[in-house]
Amino acid sequence: MTVAVLALQGAFSEHEQALKKLDVDCFEIRQNSDLNRNFDGLILPGGESTVMGKLLHELALYEPLKQKIQEGLPVFGTCAGLILLAKEVDSGLPHFATMNISVRRNAYGRQLGSFYTEADFKGLGQIPMTFIRAPYILNVSGNTEVLATVNEHIIAAKENSQLVTAFHPELSADLRIHEYFLNMIKGR
Amino acid sequence: MNDRYELNKQLAQMLKGGVIMDVTTPEQAKIAEAAGACAVMALERIPADIRAAGGVSRMSDPKMIKGIQESVSIPVMAKCRIGHFVEAQILEAIEIDYIDESEVLSPADDKYHIDKTQFKVPFVCGARDLGEALRRIAEGASMIRTKGEPGTGDVVQAVRHMRTMNAEIRRIQNLCADELYEAAKQLQVPYDLLQYVHENGKLPVVNFAAGGVATPADAALMMQLGAEGVFVGSGIFKSGNPAKRAAAIVKAVTNYTDAKLIAELSEDLGEAMVGINEQEIALIMEERGK
Repeated sequence: MTVAVLALQGAFSEHEQALKKLDVDCFEIRQNSDLNRNFDGLILPGGESTVMGKLLHELALYEPLKQKIQEGLPVFGTCAGLILLAKEVDSGLPHFATMNISVRRNAYGRQLGSFYTEADFKGLGQIPMTFIRAPYILNVSGNTEVLATVNEHIIAAKENSQLVTAFHPELSADLRIHEYFLNMIKGR
Repeated sequence: MNDRYELNKQLAQMLKGGVIMDVTTPEQAKIAEAAGACAVMALERIPADIRAAGGVSRMSDPKMIKGIQESVSIPVMAKCRIGHFVEAQILEAIEIDYIDESEVLSPADDKYHIDKTQFKVPFVCGARDLGEALRRIAEGASMIRTKGEPGTGDVVQAVRHMRTMNAEIRRIQNLCADELYEAAKQLQVPYDLLQYVHENGKLPVVNFAAGGVATPADAALMMQLGAEGVFVGSGIFKSGNPAKRAAAIVKAVTNYTDAKLIAELSEDLGEAMVGINEQEIALIMEERGK
């Protein structure tokens, strides 16, 4: 199994380290020619969604990746990655717009609103969750299943082969969310 | 406190692979965001103009900073003077995302830096070598940048600082465990931080390049030398075509090893900032705060 990590900006190396701990091959996507390699899943990391959204277009990655996601490529978006997948973004235009969720960016305010907590994740139990200038999901539709909520806000969801978390599993030593995504790839 | 410090280090992790741009107005902030900046540094005058104007340089007007906070959705940073903890308290009160305790402004204290552990908001500080970096981290900085020589458009000092830091990190990695105590004494840094460097071969926080970056090639050079991202100050809004240059620098940082792409990015950027050579500088900012 090989997982590609979008490496335009942000915390992509943290995801690669998590994948390495799970003995999964991974490589970085930084430009169009990187898409020539085969991969079974894609991770969209945390960072700034405005930066990644712009670079996806300028580096000719937007259309081919969107097509792969629409064709069912398993994809996992954390924080900014969640925003990239959302069909509706409260402030501004959506990006891939492949997942039936609407999101609020910077939903907890500025850095002083960033926080750590532990909460229940469907089927996995208590999971450590780090929120950095995080978004949350306002509502879901279609086949989207809510996987976790914190303070009554949706912060993790899944629709078919798309998984999103508003928090950063790649910043904790707990690998269960990454394993969850790998199981989605295996079950495909 | 520990949770908060972790969160602050982690915000810096989210900025990696990105470009943080100096802006002086909401309009410039919007240009920077549209060009792909991962954060902006709000300040009244960019370093090149601080040099030109002379005199005492202070924290910016909070109203001006708030105007920039309202105009963009990316993180907003602002500078306070070295040691001026009240300026830092003000920046925390207006919920800045990151404070740069910066040698670009006139130092307010010639002996002590701010005790950054007393704050909830994160701090980034400049460093020329491993000792300065670890001393700032011991004081509570959750991100480090090279000092470079701001406002010159000359990358030589940033290169020197990044190379110095990396060479020292390699040296520390190769020490025996019992030699670390003496190294900590020589570098005037806490032993536990030095032990982290010994074991991990890197700083315990994210390390960006700053000072004198003016072209996509400069930015890619700093990335190839090991920077995890780049600050661009005067280089963008002192150039002929800020929006185009800013976008080119962003792309060069993402694909910093692709010479062919950087060649394309470097075409037709218009005039770069004029720049001042090392020998021509009257004011050496990197000497501030050791």
